[in-house]
Amino acid sequence: MRYAKRGRLRFTSHRDISRAVERAVRRAGIPVAYSAGFSPHPKISYAGAAPTGVASEAEYLEIGVTTPCDPAQVRQSLDESLPSGLDVLDVVEAGQGGLADRLEVSDWEVRLPGADRELAEVAVEKFLAEGTVEVERLTKKGPRRFDARQAVLGLRVSEGADRIAAQVQGEPCVILRMVVRHMTPAVRPDDVLTGLRLVADFAPPVPPEVTRLAQGPLDASTGALADPLDLDRDTTRGGEAGPAGEHVAG
Amino acid sequence: MPVESIFHRLEALLPKVQKPIQYVGGELNSTVKDWDSADVRWALMYPDAYEVGLPNQGVAILYEILNELPGTLAERTYAVWPDLEELMRAEGVPQFTVDAHRPVRAFDVLGVSFSTELGYTNLLTALDLAGIPLLAADRGEDDPIVLAGGHAAFNPEPIADFLDAAVLGDGEQISIAISEVIREWKGEGSPGGRDELLMRLAESGGVYVPRFYDVEYHPDGRIKRVAPNRADVPWRVHKHTVMDLDEWPYPKKPLVPLAETVHERFSVEIFRGCTRGCRFCQAGMITRPVRERSITTIGAMVENGIKESGFNEVGLLSLSSADHSEIGEVAKGLADRYEGTNTSLSLPSTRVDAFNIDLANEFSRNGRRSGLTFAPEGGSERMRKVINKMVTEEDLIRTVTTAYSQGWRQVKLYFMCGLPTEQDEDVLGIADLAKKVIQAGREATGSRDIRCTVSIGGFVPKPHTPFQWAGQADHETVDRRLKQLRDSLRGDKNYGRAIGFRYHDGKPSIVEGLLSRGDRRVGAVIRAVWEDGGRFDGWSEHFSYERWMAAAEKAGVDVDWYTTREREENEVLPWDHLDAGLDREWLWQDWQEAVSGGEVEDCRWTPCYDCGVCPTMGTEIQIGPTGRKLLPLTVV
Repeated sequence: MRYAKRGRLRFTSHRDISRAVERAVRRAGIPVAYSAGFSPHPKISYAGAAPTGVASEAEYLEIGVTTPCDPAQVRQSLDESLPSGLDVLDVVEAGQGGLADRLEVSDWEVRLPGADRELAEVAVEKFLAEGTVEVERLTKKGPRRFDARQAVLGLRVSEGADRIAAQVQGEPCVILRMVVRHMTPAVRPDDVLTGLRLVADFAPPVPPEVTRLAQGPLDASTGALADPLDLDRDTTRGGEAGPAGEHVAG
Repeated sequence: MPVESIFHRLEALLPKVQKPIQYVGGELNSTVKDWDSADVRWALMYPDAYEVGLPNQGVAILYEILNELPGTLAERTYAVWPDLEELMRAEGVPQFTVDAHRPVRAFDVLGVSFSTELGYTNLLTALDLAGIPLLAADRGEDDPIVLAGGHAAFNPEPIADFLDAAVLGDGEQISIAISEVIREWKGEGSPGGRDELLMRLAESGGVYVPRFYDVEYHPDGRIKRVAPNRADVPWRVHKHTVMDLDEWPYPKKPLVPLAETVHERFSVEIFRGCTRGCRFCQAGMITRPVRERSITTIGAMVENGIKESGFNEVGLLSLSSADHSEIGEVAKGLADRYEGTNTSLSLPSTRVDAFNIDLANEFSRNGRRSGLTFAPEGGSERMRKVINKMVTEEDLIRTVTTAYSQGWRQVKLYFMCGLPTEQDEDVLGIADLAKKVIQAGREATGSRDIRCTVSIGGFVPKPHTPFQWAGQADHETVDRRLKQLRDSLRGDKNYGRAIGFRYHDGKPSIVEGLLSRGDRRVGAVIRAVWEDGGRFDGWSEHFSYERWMAAAEKAGVDVDWYTTREREENEVLPWDHLDAGLDREWLWQDWQEAVSGGEVEDCRWTPCYDCGVCPTMGTEIQIGPTGRKLLPLTVV
């Protein structure tokens, strides 16, 4: 299943979402399977959740059910049971192969209110010209240094600024689009921003608003991001197709 | 005029704070009404962090009732953590509601529910962030009426200067009545301004307006008298009591948070009030009489609550849940109904007897079998007599033996330290009791895998209880006894490792004692603490005893005089003009009997002992059995 976390719901953490989904599944009456054992819990698995504070149009999870369900029906009833802002976009019956393995790259949109467009373009150019850009991030295990350049498959300053939630109207807003390969340690959009600061002293004045637009396998021939659920759709029926990269207004 | 959301300004701050989700609202079953559709608007505050405040039943019930009332809207606001407070101050973002993110100052009423006195400094933070003057006397026509409720409002004197009004007792009906008074007054064009509105509320006799009462003192500091300073204001203000809980089946639409909170469950209050007569228990005294919700209403509320919320745990709440006249039927009926659905049932606050093990067994059929908790409260037989908690050692050993032999491996025992007349040996008796519990468990099961946790809280004498005259134990005494107890438990090779020990030091209890039995002069201490940075005093990582003592000294307030001093019968107590229904003479007699070892039976099953509540308040005990059964589950 593909779902979005939009608007103010982007401040949910992974744990918040899993609680909300468990409750919504119960309210929606979906026959969810439970694990065996002393403390049974519903079989719901989450693949690569976006960090707290980051919005997403392309989050994925899998629900184990005890009886076959109509995917369209599940999509509708679960969407109605979830709070507005956690929106179910696409449901298919899972086929063969792990979902998590298919999520190879992410397409990110990073909005930078009040940032200077020309400086941003210079910074992007410098960043792409580098072979490696070492950044440091504070992880749970303490500060960690890693390369933020190699994972970045594409990075550009994008056209078209519409409203950003925290933005004062009339202020310019620079939008970055980046396609980043999933690696260990994960390279996040804020690591790329750190990289831009390191190579070109580019520092946006307020915290960025980040949205994951899509994630999925990388089509080797076209270099484009594919819909990870297509593989299931080929072998099963009932899924509603939708382009993975489509930005649905929330 | 529409009031604008401040959300866009808040949103820019949220990436910089811990757990931002707690500030964004949007909970399932939350309500946002059109501002202009209402002429009476309430901001309801629980003065602690969202994670504690959201599950609070009082706020949830009033939120729903007021939003159901035509022409009235209610939104919620909580204490913000210091990280956000600092950013809000820097950016000029005011205290906001989480529902529509409207500034609190734009509402007609700021209703604050105080379960504990330790939320007082958080009230001041919220007022200050909202741009509302701290002192009620400084407020103008554009400021909300700041109204306190909850158990701590039974003595609101320490915060009297910061409040416009306070309400005692059950809030369901009086919140509606207050809304109608405000609506009428606004409809007339707000004649006489704020002063007249407060007069109209005070004249009704159901709302306490501190500014209409003057307090006079004796030269030695004791209160001489508290008297109205205007005609038409009653000498005493009475508490409110909702009769027939079946008519008030709230919450109907339980709030389901996205953020993690302290209680992740749907809660149903199965009865209100308690007449067991435990002398330390303020809740038991001020919520009388007992009013049960019927088995059929409980069943309907649980079914609806699970469906509306998706919670997988149901809590059956009250002050002593196993005392419901049909609790056995309720437990079995719910366990049957939710068999195989991974819905767990919990029954907090149960007494020590074997019947509770049967209940616990029923409740654990469908979910987790965690530990059992019992509260003997006092470590020795003598101590338990003083507090009128009539549990014998045999009762306790028999109960835990049953529990262990039926598969429970973990028992938690709750006690208090610092009770009136307490001696060192009373507290050391807790160690003996815990060892006997382990011994009984080992014998009953033939296993050494038996655990018991002893949890100890510091006793604080509370207004409207027989112990309201008692001298509180000083923190040195409490700490010394707790240390002796700890040494006695840890030093025992045979039992020490099987017994867990949890306690807090005695200092926070002294501050709680100052605020519980304080008068208006204590307000200066609260303000000084807040100005010195005091926040979230209920959280040990934020609480500072030294800050409170320094503030008291600065304000010229003698903490011992308020806490460890025993009062005489005839001393005017700061809350004597606030009527919880309890007869003062009966309370005094019960205090005397406590010292001499006299007991009081529960008036549910034995004759009335004349505490005074029912005749004063025009109430009566409402209990079953109804003989009815849980209705079958309706097909979804």
